[in-house]
Amino acid sequence: MTVTEQELEAQFERTVASEGRVEPRDWMPEGYRKTLIRQIAQHAHSEIIGMQPEGNWILRAPSLRRKAILLAKVQDEAGHGLYLYSATETLGVDRGELTEKLIDAKQKYSSIFNYPTLTFADIGVIGWLVDGAAIVNQVPLCRSSYGPYARAMVRICKEESFHQRQGYELLMTLMAGTDAQRAMVQDAVDRWWWPSLMMFGPADGDSPNTQQSMAWRIKRHTNDELRQRYVDMTVPQAQALGVTLPDPALRWNAERQAHDFGDIDWDEFMQVVKGAGPCNAQRLHNRRAAHEGGQWVRDAAAAYAAKHAGREAMSA
Amino acid sequence: MHSHDDTNPAEHDDNVYDALATADDDGRWAFGTGFDAGTAEIDAPAPEGVDRDDLAAYCLMLADDALIASQRLAGWTAKAPELEEDVALANIALDLLGQARVLLSRAGHLGAAEPFRAGPWDAQRSGAGRLRQDDEDVLTYFRDDRAFRNVTLVETDLGDFGRTIAWILLLSSWRLALMQRLTASRDPVIAAVAGKAVKELTYHRDYAAQWTLRLGDGTELSHARMQAGLDAVWPFVEELFLPHDVERRLADVGVAVDPAELRAEVDAVLEQVLPVATLTRPERPAVGLVGGQRHRRSWGGRDGVHTESLGTVLAVMQSLARAHPEATW
Repeated sequence: MTVTEQELEAQFERTVASEGRVEPRDWMPEGYRKTLIRQIAQHAHSEIIGMQPEGNWILRAPSLRRKAILLAKVQDEAGHGLYLYSATETLGVDRGELTEKLIDAKQKYSSIFNYPTLTFADIGVIGWLVDGAAIVNQVPLCRSSYGPYARAMVRICKEESFHQRQGYELLMTLMAGTDAQRAMVQDAVDRWWWPSLMMFGPADGDSPNTQQSMAWRIKRHTNDELRQRYVDMTVPQAQALGVTLPDPALRWNAERQAHDFGDIDWDEFMQVVKGAGPCNAQRLHNRRAAHEGGQWVRDAAAAYAAKHAGREAMSA
Repeated sequence: MHSHDDTNPAEHDDNVYDALATADDDGRWAFGTGFDAGTAEIDAPAPEGVDRDDLAAYCLMLADDALIASQRLAGWTAKAPELEEDVALANIALDLLGQARVLLSRAGHLGAAEPFRAGPWDAQRSGAGRLRQDDEDVLTYFRDDRAFRNVTLVETDLGDFGRTIAWILLLSSWRLALMQRLTASRDPVIAAVAGKAVKELTYHRDYAAQWTLRLGDGTELSHARMQAGLDAVWPFVEELFLPHDVERRLADVGVAVDPAELRAEVDAVLEQVLPVATLTRPERPAVGLVGGQRHRRSWGGRDGVHTESLGTVLAVMQSLARAHPEATW
């Protein structure tokens, strides 16, 4: 390492330690850049893949109000994907490259989207639990050390909190409805609760990247801290809703002033991460089909732009 | 939501989540997805000298065109060639859905929903303590195909992106010409919907025209697909300009527009766009009539006689609501 590079690194460390923001043109360590690309791309991919399980119910939404809400929500997710891919562009990778990595299964997305949406109550439960967990994960990222990511997250979190409240409101309505609707909600909670706990990632002892990411102020809290916060927030909401969270070990621990909860099935988690969840193949297949099926359209736009630029140059 | 400028870490972070379990009836958080009637007064009486049933039927025609078109476009979700196109197609679908909702409610206010409340589900649905379903939902979910009054173009399969663009171009050019005239409708709700719709449809038409140029004058493949898309939707265009008796009667009293008047404007758009896009105006006959219909004065979608496609569109759209007819959502 040259002297200059040492100085740059010292400067970077000072910026990060003093809660300053790192901007695209600033010097940054290669590891920091790679970690950010991995994390932001994974987040962008999650938004895009997440459109599928929810999109599954747009055409069948049982009231026009719910249809409008769901369509707008899924549209927001495409928008979030766009901001996040733009944030990665400030780190020197483009969307096309990342999309190729996604469909070749070389980059991950949140495993939660590898579970199916089997009833319309799943739409509410995804809003409440999945978006809720995402918010717990993401709000601290609004203070991430990397400026473009932090700013994208501010906007995304505002919209996510809309989505979460819409989901919860749907569940409140269903719980006040018919027996069949109430049963539908409980069934959805039973299927989504454990996967939502897995959204925070492996336990701290098994999360190799956490310490470095925290030192760089890319992450602000460990996986287990965030998971505990999520459980503590969600329990009273489940009570208000009148549903049972499917964990017999879940109880208040007065000593810790926090909820104890049962062991997460990390084998299931690892299996889904490795591609053997109920919908992994389908989600990637659909994403690939949309991307490859759209190639002729993107080619046409590029050809048109090139011709048009050529014509302008000639007439100039 | 609190400001994120505060850099003091740890405890306060992050609590967008707390307020969830507490009641909140201001409804503002659902902004943008609720019912937007603009300045329309859904429950205004029918204008003087206007037949109430005709007005209800006309509102359904305008509503059903938008509702079914929106449903078709929503089928593109997560399948578009690029994320920007996913966003744009959802936007068009949402605009049309918004137009449909106001017009369905207007039709409902004029009595159009009542016959569909009296289905086999009626007894359960009106059970004590159950909320009464909104007119817009009764009309969307509990009408059968023969009671839908949309033109058949909107129910056709969108096919590939080229065909979808041709479909949006024709539909939005026609509906924009229609809505521009309807801003002067004597029905205050139709006029209000039209005022908002003109802005929306201007964008839809522009979006479709831009893509028609790119695809038509893009690559050899995109040119072929755009032309094929245009050819495929063309047989459904003639119906857009055929007046129904209800439209004629309401045009005479200043509420509706005779769609025959719209042809010149749609042709002008096509004459402007197609040659620049190096595309050819199709020479294809209109789709044939359903058996035994030729002797009638009017036929087709406006009379509830549809293509095979509508049944499938409705089967999907209505399935969940019909499985729980006593429920509200």
